[in-house]
Amino acid sequence: MTEKLAHTPPAAPARGPRGLIFEIGAPESRCVEPPALDVPEVDLDEVLGGAARVEPPVLPHVTEVEIARHYSHLASMNFGVDSGSYPLGSCTMKYNPRVNEDACRMAGFSGLHPAQPVETVQGALELMVGLAEALAEVSGLPGVTLQPAAGAHGELTALMAFRAYHADRGDVRKRVLIPDSAHGTNPATVTMCGYETVTIPSDATGGVDMAALHAALDTDVAAVMLTNPNTLGLFERNIIEITRAVHDVGALAYCDGANLNAIMGVTRPGDAGFDALHINLHKTFSTPHGGGGPGAGPVCVTEELAPYLPGPLPVLRPDGVYDWQVPARSIGRIRAGYGNFGVLVRAYAYVRALGAEGLAEASEQAVLSANYLKERLRGAFELAYDRTCMHEFVLSGSRQKREHGVRTLDIAKRLLDHGFHPPTVYFPLIVEEALMIEPTETESLAELDRFADALIAIAEEAAADPDAVRSAPFTTPVRRVDEARAARTPDLRYDPAR
Amino acid sequence: MYPSDLKYDKEHEWVRVDGDIAVIGITHFAQDQLGEVVYVDLPSEGDSVVAGETFGEIESVKSVSELYSPVNGEIVKVNDALGDAPETVNEDPYGEGWMIEVKLADAAELDAMLSAEEYEAFVTEEA
Repeated sequence: MTEKLAHTPPAAPARGPRGLIFEIGAPESRCVEPPALDVPEVDLDEVLGGAARVEPPVLPHVTEVEIARHYSHLASMNFGVDSGSYPLGSCTMKYNPRVNEDACRMAGFSGLHPAQPVETVQGALELMVGLAEALAEVSGLPGVTLQPAAGAHGELTALMAFRAYHADRGDVRKRVLIPDSAHGTNPATVTMCGYETVTIPSDATGGVDMAALHAALDTDVAAVMLTNPNTLGLFERNIIEITRAVHDVGALAYCDGANLNAIMGVTRPGDAGFDALHINLHKTFSTPHGGGGPGAGPVCVTEELAPYLPGPLPVLRPDGVYDWQVPARSIGRIRAGYGNFGVLVRAYAYVRALGAEGLAEASEQAVLSANYLKERLRGAFELAYDRTCMHEFVLSGSRQKREHGVRTLDIAKRLLDHGFHPPTVYFPLIVEEALMIEPTETESLAELDRFADALIAIAEEAAADPDAVRSAPFTTPVRRVDEARAARTPDLRYDPAR
Repeated sequence: MYPSDLKYDKEHEWVRVDGDIAVIGITHFAQDQLGEVVYVDLPSEGDSVVAGETFGEIESVKSVSELYSPVNGEIVKVNDALGDAPETVNEDPYGEGWMIEVKLADAAELDAMLSAEEYEAFVTEEA
């Protein structure tokens, strides 16, 4: 008698979510065997007294192959730049070249400790000085700190330096001006730094409303924070007039460098009159996004502000030895160690691999790709601001919503069925039903066309069969998630009792 | 969608007036634009509100937006029920989804606000 293969589906669908690592395996399963103890054994109760743990910790008990399958499965459920196009506007999901990973894994970099004597880390310091010089050249701002751990951390660093600069002149100011198209981190930084935010509206062409800016500028304004190109993917046409007006009232001009990847090697924020800039290395210099860390948000400033930078900074002494130096009026350390060094190595590898011409070409390609997509999608969707864009552009799904009851969220979900990560949706806030598209410089023409074809097909489907778009996605491991419930009652902690 | 007994402003708040007391909430249009509301941050009783300035924040699955007071006055009551059930703002924006009750400093300033018809014309143009 031959056994028949069961026809009931397996307990866990091949592509769907499976158990947590705590929920698989068996108590007797182990996959490590610790080596024999080579130090004298101590009695924990004696050493720790009442602090010694009574219950053993709850740890996963799995075999090696179970671990391998568990994480391979998680990885296969994930969507990354290596899986397909990821045109997430504003976030710049830039491809991370493999050579960067090679460089940062070199034993001389990966095995370092921040407390090592400087004579044993000369190469690491040389790399940091080299990266700082490159960033100074790209930004047009000579003072550089590599310490901040993220872009928003860089914003805070720069505004703390601004505050110290104003305080040194006995000129404590109260307000910081920010356009309404800005990233949410800008007002958050202002608040953390003890200033008050004043929002400046955008004009009809998507730039800063100059009349509103001039009206808000007075001697109580500490700084203006501006993203250029801005979050609509548009270059501020009045940038020189803006920075001049800011300086005329004794305020400082801050450039949010989130979109430096559109102008790198072509135009420099320092030359436009900015006093400080942060650089998101993951957006412009191809380091990993890293799911929330570790990151790096170096800050570049004018010579006048350099004495306020956090220290110590890596420097080359006149005797040819690399060393640490704390700037004269430093605001102090902003981060333990010297920043996220592994990220700095990757950025330096990118700079050296591309060179000055290559960096400029990457910017030009990013801008060209975005404009190509904008032109292909014009007609299928409303174009929020009809201008030549930089590295990204904003479409509006307002027509689909008005005529077919299909929202931008539905369009984004439907894109998943076409194999693409959706663009950023509902940002910037000033565009209704916004779809913010940033292809980055590495997508081929064929891939750009595939993406445009998918969006055009969805626009047609929204008219012909709106329910299909509203019910998407159909092919993902998990279909629509309950975003409201996730936000209202987040369940963030594993609880074995549940 | 826009009850005729209410007054409106261009920041999408509505006001229901009873003597010198004004009840304030956000419009159907606003809740529809926001999407599912997940959190409402309201001030406390006794706080003052200033016309044109923020009195709180509303967070949806899409974004965080500020709530602007259309009037001057003192807050006499706050809809604490929105703490546990912020979705009420979506379900019943003009009823149980109200936000604050204000004792008006000057009831005459309401004359400058929009009627239901004017507000509807405004949002049609904006959309």
